[in-house]
Amino acid sequence: MSVDQKMDSSRRTLLLATSAAGGAAAVATAVPFVASLTPSERAKAAGAPVEVDVGKLAPGEMMTVEWRGKPVWILRRTEEMLASLDKTDEKVSDPASDKPMQPEYAKNKHRSIKPEYLIAVGICTHLGCSPSEKFKMGAESGMGADWPGGFLCPCHGSLFDLAGRVYSSMPAPDNLEIPPHQYLADTTILVGEDGKA
Amino acid sequence: MTTKSQAVLNWIDERFPLTSSIKGHLTEYYAPKNFNFWYFFGSLALLVLVIQILTGIFLVMHYKPDASLNAAGVPVAFASVEYIMREVPGGWLIRYLHSTGASAFFIVVYLHMFRGLLYGSYRKPRELIWIFGTLIFLVLMAEAFMGYLLPWGQMSFWGAQVIVNLFSAIPVIGPDLSLVIRGDYVVSDATLNRFFSFHVIAVPLVLIGLVAAHIIALHEVGSNNPDGVEIKKKKDANGIPLDGIPFHPYYTVKDIVGVVAFLFFFSAVVFFAPEGGGYFLEFNNFIPADPLKTPPHIAPVWYFTPFYSILRAVTYPLFGLDAKFWGVVAMGASVVIIAFLPWLDRSPVKSIRYKGPIFKIAVVIFVICFFILGYLGVLPPTPGRTLVSQICSVLYFAFFLLMPWYSKLDKCKAEPERVNFK
Repeated sequence: MSVDQKMDSSRRTLLLATSAAGGAAAVATAVPFVASLTPSERAKAAGAPVEVDVGKLAPGEMMTVEWRGKPVWILRRTEEMLASLDKTDEKVSDPASDKPMQPEYAKNKHRSIKPEYLIAVGICTHLGCSPSEKFKMGAESGMGADWPGGFLCPCHGSLFDLAGRVYSSMPAPDNLEIPPHQYLADTTILVGEDGKA
Repeated sequence: MTTKSQAVLNWIDERFPLTSSIKGHLTEYYAPKNFNFWYFFGSLALLVLVIQILTGIFLVMHYKPDASLNAAGVPVAFASVEYIMREVPGGWLIRYLHSTGASAFFIVVYLHMFRGLLYGSYRKPRELIWIFGTLIFLVLMAEAFMGYLLPWGQMSFWGAQVIVNLFSAIPVIGPDLSLVIRGDYVVSDATLNRFFSFHVIAVPLVLIGLVAAHIIALHEVGSNNPDGVEIKKKKDANGIPLDGIPFHPYYTVKDIVGVVAFLFFFSAVVFFAPEGGGYFLEFNNFIPADPLKTPPHIAPVWYFTPFYSILRAVTYPLFGLDAKFWGVVAMGASVVIIAFLPWLDRSPVKSIRYKGPIFKIAVVIFVICFFILGYLGVLPPTPGRTLVSQICSVLYFAFFLLMPWYSKLDKCKAEPERVNFK
């Protein structure tokens, strides 16, 4: 075969078509590998609702339960604590909870079904640290004399009030998430599932 | 050489380029004769890589990437590290070599990069060596980050939680991306297992490939030197650079001196201060991971803190996107911008020896800012510290972004014809 023989361009077309088909097959093969990185069926199923008895919780006390591997806080607020929400109204960035960080039934000033009990996912909306309790008012919490009580994220200093509403100009962009929940009885809460009613 | 061994060598050479490789990369690879102290850190980085791979192989024999709780209520992964430390014969030493090696790796690599900055080793024709080097640095950070999750202590867990959540700040794809990285809705067993896989298989393979590319590119163009002049411009009758000496035996022997000195310091840390005062192994990481309780203060390991400070320094939202997103962008940019140095430096000379006062002052400010950012990165934020880190972040970027102008303006001295060597 001589070197200067005319190139058969139909062979080039075949080559391109084969490469394209092979490339598509390679991409398709990648699909199950990427899919294997997403949460497994077991991880998805682990999101089962958690039943909590809050009867033993004294006013002003908080308990933490685990739901979907995350800490969920249940805070029984005192009258004084609830009153502090009036003071923080103007300090927080989303006082009326307009952003969808809670179910419809918790879109109110106290961000809960019953004003007394706050049920919130205890994970800062900034980078996922768990804020610490700073419930005591004033200087006792080490937060300054006019501190009305709330939460402080230890990682980047975001502040939240006692309804999990984030203060303005904080690293955290949103209020703490309120998980779906319902009351099975007066002091029994099911975290992770909306009530049907 | 006896005729018999010569015959064996010939047999191999007809099938594999053994002799020619040894000549090309060692005995007839000519390196400038004026290398100084700063030129130890390349070979030391290679040494630490070997230490990490060797100790890593032995650690994997006893370590278990399992976040479930054992009968005593301790996560299996955490307990297996304690087991290595207390019950595996010699395990404590292997583990401390590995954990100290991680910090040593970054010390050596930072000094190696600083050498490049001082002597203009990134300038033409060494741009690709520099880009491969930046990629090595990036991959090394990923390797260190994933490795830090494995002991499954409080800092492992919450550090990973914070860093993985950074990705969720990316608009549109962010939340799904961080879900794919974790493999779960929170950092969990799935995350631990995939980080283990990446840390021991995927990332080291990429790292070794990049190191090979880095060295192949270096041997193609030849090493720079403290004077920043090309030794290949002046050759003798045989085509050998006049200022070049064979890498072996001259620099192999010199590098052994560096290795001995390095191991002297390295062993001192391994045996007498393996925790590095809480900077190499953070105290909170001796507490098993608790997904429900964040430690009161989270700080990344020291080698990440300059970049972490830049992340935290961004506190303003922009173009309708959160400050969080721009913080991530700034942190990413602060690493990636290093790769562009070859095109940012417009100085007529390479080495700082012949550069003018502006460049020298810029380097000093840059180094000071880097240290301040690193220091602030381990501390909890206060408004005052945030302001300082904002100033230092701006100066950090200014060093790179203004370089095309100030490096051109600078009054440089004339480069010598040949390297200085006494």
